[in-house]
Amino acid sequence: MTEEIIFAGFGGQGIMFMGKAIAYAAMNEGKRVTWIPSYGAEVRGGTAYSMVIISDEAIASPLIKDPTICVAMNGPSLRKYEAKIKTNGLLVVNKSIIDIEPERKDIEILNIPVTELASEAGDHRIGNMVALGALLGKRKIIALESLINGLKDIVSSAYHNLLPVNEKAIRKGFEHGSR
Amino acid sequence: MCGNEALAEAAIIAGCRFYAGYPITPQNEIPAYMSKRMPEAGGVFIQSESELAAINMVFGSSLTGTRAMTSSSSPGISLKQEGISYLAACELPAIIVNIMRGGPGLGNIGPSQSDYFQAVKGGGHGDYHQIVIAPASVQEIADLTMLSFDLADKYRTPVMILGDGILGQMMEPVEFKAETKPEIKKDWILDGCKGRKPRIIKSLILSDGELEKFNLKLQKKYNQIKDIEQRCEVLYGDDSEITLVAYGTPSRICRSVVEKLRKKGKSIGMIRPITLWPFPERAFKELAKNVKSFLVVEMSCGQMIEDVKLAIDCARPVHFYGRTGGEIPGEDEIIKEIEHING
Repeated sequence: MTEEIIFAGFGGQGIMFMGKAIAYAAMNEGKRVTWIPSYGAEVRGGTAYSMVIISDEAIASPLIKDPTICVAMNGPSLRKYEAKIKTNGLLVVNKSIIDIEPERKDIEILNIPVTELASEAGDHRIGNMVALGALLGKRKIIALESLINGLKDIVSSAYHNLLPVNEKAIRKGFEHGSR
Repeated sequence: MCGNEALAEAAIIAGCRFYAGYPITPQNEIPAYMSKRMPEAGGVFIQSESELAAINMVFGSSLTGTRAMTSSSSPGISLKQEGISYLAACELPAIIVNIMRGGPGLGNIGPSQSDYFQAVKGGGHGDYHQIVIAPASVQEIADLTMLSFDLADKYRTPVMILGDGILGQMMEPVEFKAETKPEIKKDWILDGCKGRKPRIIKSLILSDGELEKFNLKLQKKYNQIKDIEQRCEVLYGDDSEITLVAYGTPSRICRSVVEKLRKKGKSIGMIRPITLWPFPERAFKELAKNVKSFLVVEMSCGQMIEDVKLAIDCARPVHFYGRTGGEIPGEDEIIKEIEHING
């Protein structure tokens, strides 16, 4: 199994963190992982991406050209990456702010109202966690519990009071993605 | 952990107790990590006023026998060249990290390998060399950083760790090996001469013929390093018609290319220099006996290719594919180039 995932969106949406969270959880499951950030002059509001490869085998190139999965958190990301996704790949769409319709018919599209679901979980800002949960609902790359249990290690202990609401958001996304 | 953080932690484990540096992307995680960890380890962290100050602080620290390191990225490394020449002249061990970005000038912050010439051909003035180490994964960054401190002490020489923006920023799992090697006894350091004869460490050698003598002594050391310390990794060395040559991030991409083409039954291999100086000439000479041609892939306009040609005495055709200015060569681009060479 090898999944090549691109997370993309505005700076500030937690794009880097989504990649780190799933890569860290996969590592804990004994899988090989790489994570590359866009480390340009991206600031809040600019475009950002992170690339994650999760594999059962050693990973040669850590760079992704044609992902098997893309999580598009904003419109420009969808436009940029939709055409590159591998056939039978998965495109997760942040339906809360993306109003353009994907054109590909040979990939799976998963529409998620991430902001609405995040609000239901208790904090509208954590749409990234909803999207991650949804992704795992659709593709069982790693166990949901691995993702949730890993968060406390990569989040500063000053914010551990926010872990329950993040878990709730992930579970909401997972439920939605599993449908 | 990202490559930069792994490098900093490995340095601490290796016994580095002095770090000075001035911030520059894409290596800022090194000073950031050091600023926290170095005081915990009982060492000294200094954010210096300039790159020049940093390299000369490392010079001073190394004089006292302390394991010392500085880091920067391309434009900052240019500023350190004078200091590196003085380190080499005074035979002082030190680690200089260059996480390369696009140049020339301020360039951009994308990954690059266009400082190869500067790293392996001198950079500073005078008849000197530095050992140049080129890791290709976060694990290797950790392992080779620890090795670099040992080599620097063993040969009393500056060692450069040459990475690129991707390696510095990329996260991969990493395990740190506990430092077991005993530190080499340093009987040359300046630690106060009370009760013993004074020692002098200097690079100004004016008396007739003495500098030539000194330089020949340095060369003897360099020849010994060339003899013992050549390192590289070879994939499918025995039976490949075309062999890719790459270090750092492009070597990861080339590995993917080799695996893909091998699955299609193509006769292709790869050699990845791990020491850029000393260049792994012996392995290249050996390969040239069986390989029909080489394709060098770099994130530059063609620098390491010169050492490949020298190593094999131009006995085989050496082709080149490179991207520059912070751009990364793609797998498909490399495959196209291979098809083009094979006609």
